[in-house]
Amino acid sequence: MSEIRYSKDHEYVRIEGDIAVIGISHYAQEQLGDVVFVELPGVGDTVAQGKEAAVVESVKAASEVFAPVSGEVVEVNGALEGTPATVNEDAEGAGWFLKVRLTNPAELDGLMSAAAYEDFLKTIS
Amino acid sequence: MTDQTVPSLRTALHDAHVALGARMVPFAGYDMPVQYPDGILAEHNWTRTHAGLFDVSHMGQALLIGASHAAVAAALETLIPADILNLKLGQQRYSQLLTDEGGIIDDLMVTRPLDPGLDGTLFLVVNAARKQVDYAHLRARLPATVRLVPKDELALIALQGPDAAAVLAPHAPEAGELGFMGATSATLDGVPCHISRSGYTGEDGFEISVASTAVEKVWSHLLSDSRVKPIGLGARDSLRLEAGLCLYGHDIDTTTSPIEARLAWSIQKRRRQEGSFPGAARIQRELAEGAARVRVGLKPEGRAPAREGAEIVHDGAVVGIVTSGGFGPSFGGPLAMGYVPAALAEVGTVVQLMVRGKPLPATICHVPFVAPRYARNS
Repeated sequence: MSEIRYSKDHEYVRIEGDIAVIGISHYAQEQLGDVVFVELPGVGDTVAQGKEAAVVESVKAASEVFAPVSGEVVEVNGALEGTPATVNEDAEGAGWFLKVRLTNPAELDGLMSAAAYEDFLKTIS
Repeated sequence: MTDQTVPSLRTALHDAHVALGARMVPFAGYDMPVQYPDGILAEHNWTRTHAGLFDVSHMGQALLIGASHAAVAAALETLIPADILNLKLGQQRYSQLLTDEGGIIDDLMVTRPLDPGLDGTLFLVVNAARKQVDYAHLRARLPATVRLVPKDELALIALQGPDAAAVLAPHAPEAGELGFMGATSATLDGVPCHISRSGYTGEDGFEISVASTAVEKVWSHLLSDSRVKPIGLGARDSLRLEAGLCLYGHDIDTTTSPIEARLAWSIQKRRRQEGSFPGAARIQRELAEGAARVRVGLKPEGRAPAREGAEIVHDGAVVGIVTSGGFGPSFGGPLAMGYVPAALAEVGTVVQLMVRGKPLPATICHVPFVAPRYARNS
């Protein structure tokens, strides 16, 4: 099973070898509501931990997606541009945003495990 | 005036919303449902295809009472530009309270009751966030012979959508006979209420004013019909935006005139000619010569919405600002409204909207974005 970690900003990162798959958590999509637009970075761009990596817009509002880890973008989920609702249907699966090659794997240590994130959600609800 | 430390007010339907699983948010000093578990998109589409039920009890309801219709109409006409004198019994009209400079203090609905026994009374519905400002303005400016009576004990719900008339008719037969912007007192399953054929979604529908103590009964009776679902403020906003309707504090405020806002249709001929309302000089001049800036519809290219506050750019210069913007589920894409100089207001003109620092091409387009389906006047 691949390892998944979460940020306090409700992004997840799933580690597949030296590639990190980044998206927003199931909780985040619930809070956003119906996603109608996703703006993704370009392949080859670099993203820095805690900085904006993508934008997600629901009917109500636009929200930034912060990179939970730093890296070089190797792939983006272009299918979301046509079917942004996939983010609602399967946030932590088919609704991923981008894949990066990690430049600083140590950053993962500062993120939460699935169990720790669940506990974190209890503290904010 | 809104103090964040003051706890939110609750409408009489608060517990009903919570029981339905609504997500409650602060709005205009009230704790209001922004959406129910179905979500904004589904609620929007349901209202366009069936019937949506909205709690709009946060809005201000008040009576103006004078010695006769002529007296109360003449008094109100000194503050708004609509023809109230010639309102028929049971007729409602949309208008604006104006500053002395012709800016909009609030937009409101004014109804002359159908019952001749109530002649001399007008029924007002104003925006929640402007209630106190409006009431203070009315009290300061109306003659002592006309009384303002806020009806805080009343709730207000709206039933909107193509199935609204068929849903309501068995409960209140009087309602089905109303034409668009008609109003009547009625009995809804035994509950006395006041019903108008109006709303703010671009659909046929009704607004039902009823005692707060009885509203939960009416709400649950209407919701028990399988064609009716509860709809939150999120879908209310996307529905009114598609219908090209102004939201106070966003698309209109004290700096915008009704002519700039393209609400000239709400100023009847007699009032245009006679003037004698606040800001008449400016408004008559704008009617004759055109306003320097006007509200327009904007259709962004592509899929990215432009939100309120986005700058409108033409030939490298900022020429205006987006006042409402988002995604139109029935329109099928992003849409916005904003103000541009009159020279750029022609349909088809291409401008740029600044979204996250990048220019996004957008075309000036017709409003409403989605053709309204109001009931025909019978």
